[in-house]
Amino acid sequence: MTGTTPTFAPTGHERRSLTVQQLVRLSFLAVTLLLVVPALLILGVLVVRGSPGWTWEFFTALPRDNGAAGGIWLPLLGTLWLTAGALLLSLPLGVAAAIYLSEYARDNWLTRTIQVAIVNLAGVPSIVHALFGVGAFVHFLQFGKSILAASCTLAVMTLPVVIVATRESLQAVPRAFREACWSLGATRWQTIWRVVLPNSGSGILTGLILVVCRAVGETAPIMFTGAVFFRPLVPDSVFDKTMALSLHLYTVSTQLNNVPPHLPFAVALLLIVVVLALNAVAIGFRMRLRGRKRW
Amino acid sequence: MVNPRALLSVRGLSIRYGGRPALQHVDLDVLPNEIFGIIGPANAGKTSFLRALNRMDEFVPGMQVDGRILFAGRDVHDVRNLYALRRHIGVVFPLPVGLPLSIYDNVALAPRLRGVRKKAELDGIVERCLVRAALWDEVKDRLASLGSLLSGGQQQRLTIARALSQDPELLLLDEFSIAVDPVTTMRIEDVLKQLRGELSIVLVTNLVQQARRLADRTAFFLAGRCVEIAATEALFGGGATQQSTVDYLEGRFG
Repeated sequence: MTGTTPTFAPTGHERRSLTVQQLVRLSFLAVTLLLVVPALLILGVLVVRGSPGWTWEFFTALPRDNGAAGGIWLPLLGTLWLTAGALLLSLPLGVAAAIYLSEYARDNWLTRTIQVAIVNLAGVPSIVHALFGVGAFVHFLQFGKSILAASCTLAVMTLPVVIVATRESLQAVPRAFREACWSLGATRWQTIWRVVLPNSGSGILTGLILVVCRAVGETAPIMFTGAVFFRPLVPDSVFDKTMALSLHLYTVSTQLNNVPPHLPFAVALLLIVVVLALNAVAIGFRMRLRGRKRW
Repeated sequence: MVNPRALLSVRGLSIRYGGRPALQHVDLDVLPNEIFGIIGPANAGKTSFLRALNRMDEFVPGMQVDGRILFAGRDVHDVRNLYALRRHIGVVFPLPVGLPLSIYDNVALAPRLRGVRKKAELDGIVERCLVRAALWDEVKDRLASLGSLLSGGQQQRLTIARALSQDPELLLLDEFSIAVDPVTTMRIEDVLKQLRGELSIVLVTNLVQQARRLADRTAFFLAGRCVEIAATEALFGGGATQQSTVDYLEGRFG
């Protein structure tokens, strides 16, 4: 062999690049870990201080003494009612609006305005949604302060999130699929139903997760529209008021004096467990959908 | 003047995108049971021409079509039922599009869209179309697997089978061999030769020799104009009348 043999020793420039690359990797790793720390700390504190409160009575008894004593199942039931109501309303409406915007609407100033409005709506503070709910559902539509009015308010609050998540997943389906289907003589709806929707399930589930998170956790939108501090009665229609976990947490941690010290933590722990459990189901579905490679 | 025998008559067809012209004043006829080849370099207007034929201009914002396109005696711009029009005129795109459905459902899609429900009838259509597209032997044991995960060449034959499932009178092929290996290309070309007995084909291709092998007549498009149309044998046998056609056929450009 003639000429120089190839060497693999790094040049000065390469060495510098590698150092920078290592620094970047480590610092980003540090930032990521830093984000996990508060989450774990919160969960840790809740488990340590709240779990002694998870007694048999905590889950089975009716609340007593304005909520300072007794059990939790009634607010838990109320939260599930409100979340189910919000889902039932916002998921179909949001998916329908997303389908219209993504598949039917032409790109003109009107649809662009609507899309900007939707994104902005997602950023409106929840207390503003609460006041809207009081005006629109409690008074104007005369639902009164009720599960129905609170669910509607939560639905309005979560609609933009559902629309944006769904629309993004619809647009992730390649346009070539639509054109192939149209060229076979399919109508727009046939194309949506047979080709587009079956491939955007994960986005719709993302929307569902976000709705559940916010509907379970929000306090402001429900405290003026349907949730009450203390009502030890099982609601028997959607026009009844109800207790709810998030508002109950607010009550036991700030409004009452004679609360056992572990109670707020026990309620908060339950709230987090409910959110995590509902999300786990949806995330499980989503992983199954994504696991199948489709194209 | 319109040739009464023609399945497709195009008169004074011009296509613009926004203000930019893509095709200017094209006249041509496609006869029944004929393979009509269209050759020409990129940006000649070949794909735009195909898009106009079955009203796919509808899907492209800003695409404007002027002139007359008569299909089976009807002006396609007066056809209200575009879905029926598109069933009569099948399309195969340059890049194979296996829909993310099973192989069976890919081929059964068009029949289902027009209302065929009976399993036996669908089975018959699926088998017949896959056989005609020379794909049946390779996939008959796995009709339930995803069509979008087949190899490129297989997906293109699946696309052809899907286009055939609507029993079109006219099949539009847009550079079908761009993403297909040479062996599969030859198999598809054999398929097209057999189909000639049953329907008309407009074959847009950037392979000059492919047009020579398949087309009965060939048109040369250049920069948005149809330069000339002639019987393929005559065109390739030295009968081209325009200098630019001769140059393109001899590989001096394009």
